[in-house]
Amino acid sequence: MPDIVRIRGVTKRFGQFEALRDVSLSIAEGEVVCIIGPSGSGKSTLLRCINNLERIDGGLIEVGEEIIGYRLAGGRLHELPDRLQARQRSRIGMVFQQFNLFPHKTVVENIIEGPLVVRGTPREQALAEAQRLLERVGLAAKAASYPGQLSGGQQQRVAIARALAMNPSLVLFDEPTSALDPELVGEVLEVMREMARSNLTMLVVTHEVAFAREAADRIVFMDHGRVVECGPAEELLARPSHPRTREFLAAVRK
Amino acid sequence: MPGKVPPPLADGSANRLAPPAGPAAPDVAHSVVHRVRYGRYVSVALILIVLAVIVRAFAVGKIDWPVVGEFLFSSLMLWGIVNTIVLTACAMVLGILLGLAAALMGNSNNPVLRGTAAGYIFVFRALPALLQLLIWYNLALIFPVIWLPGIVEVATTKVITPFVGALLAFGILQGAYTSEVIRSGLLSVGKGQVDAARSIGMTQAQALRRIILPQAMRVIVPPIGNETIGMVKFTSLASVIQYKEIIYGAQAVYYANGRVIELLIVAAFWYSVVVAILTYVQSHIERHYNRSQAPVAVQEAA
Repeated sequence: MPDIVRIRGVTKRFGQFEALRDVSLSIAEGEVVCIIGPSGSGKSTLLRCINNLERIDGGLIEVGEEIIGYRLAGGRLHELPDRLQARQRSRIGMVFQQFNLFPHKTVVENIIEGPLVVRGTPREQALAEAQRLLERVGLAAKAASYPGQLSGGQQQRVAIARALAMNPSLVLFDEPTSALDPELVGEVLEVMREMARSNLTMLVVTHEVAFAREAADRIVFMDHGRVVECGPAEELLARPSHPRTREFLAAVRK
Repeated sequence: MPGKVPPPLADGSANRLAPPAGPAAPDVAHSVVHRVRYGRYVSVALILIVLAVIVRAFAVGKIDWPVVGEFLFSSLMLWGIVNTIVLTACAMVLGILLGLAAALMGNSNNPVLRGTAAGYIFVFRALPALLQLLIWYNLALIFPVIWLPGIVEVATTKVITPFVGALLAFGILQGAYTSEVIRSGLLSVGKGQVDAARSIGMTQAQALRRIILPQAMRVIVPPIGNETIGMVKFTSLASVIQYKEIIYGAQAVYYANGRVIELLIVAAFWYSVVVAILTYVQSHIERHYNRSQAPVAVQEAA
């Protein structure tokens, strides 16, 4: 499978703080990659940079055939206008820790918003697609509810449906279960497992080591803004090569 | 908490469902004797006295009530109401547009735009409304001719009618206040909403129009409603530059017939009517934007 994401030497600073230092990572089409690591290690920042919600200070991120945020012409990178940056984002789904559903719109309106406004999909078609997605995440009955009337787990499943509605080539998950009550984590992970099986390319920042072991093709361990270690899920969890990884896994498993 | 009596309800009625829990007989419902609220009797008495004095003053004062009735529906007054409403509406529309522009500029990353917005807000909040009104009305003293090369060239005095002068003064003044209201409304929408809107591929303009502004409305609408009601009364200042609103109508009559207080009562009546209607409209608009308030609260708690 060809690589769909190529991250090369990416750095990102917030003032003096270096959130990402020379991060490189490739993801093949259809691959599921989980990023684990202590908080503040740059996992979420990396995700936000891939979707261009944060601007990088160095390096290059390519998704599909395109350089994120820029256009290469005459040996130089030209910053893209807002409209084209938005178009790039529309092909990359993102699921947030805090769901970030639009509270003033119903569940189904949340899902058709992107297709309708960004893609110009006819309403009938968008609605049919939304209903199909809601069935896929097991919430067909909640189409007319407002996000605030749903549990956290249900909201997150709607958020996943909203991301899928744009038919993305890659979906980024930013700690999708961290804000959930423990008994609601399972339903969200179940939907994500189903997505992983359906050959969707996924990059998941997570603390759920069990999920990573089961669903991920590869696991990336990050610490202090760097990729410390990266390898097949079983192998990295069973035989971490770096002492920092061992330390982290030991702490998580306690 | 043993021995703690539940607080009495606001209207003073007994909370019969919850008997006072005492160590002697916790499960038996006793009848409750409330303490006498002397302060309440005293305040009622005082208020009644003051009201009586005021009513008597209006009754025995030199007010010719038939004159009030005579001019209540006079065409001068009715036109005054129309003009008051027209000026209020136009000034608020101009104020909201300028306020939105200034709010977006104030939240911008561009320091020039931010500075311009701050300067605009400072200047027009610093000067009294009456002063601004007079300056706009006398604009011809600074710019005798309004001139855009090849498009228009007219004498400023022809353009600045009392209506235009008042519209500019109140609209631009209002924009300075409204921009702060809109800015706080925009800030009240969580950053995650912008992220989510952008993640599904919306441009900044789309995110603002479809996601941010509709949610900001909940914060923006109540104060703008108040300011609209304030504007109704502000427009009375425009009588100074001969704009024919309610006060101007009342003055025009009492300069002729000398019935000052009667005409002021007529004006007061019509202001109350306009404000009462606007208050009613405002409460409906607020209810509209509050539809999904509960969901917001739950989501934030999650």
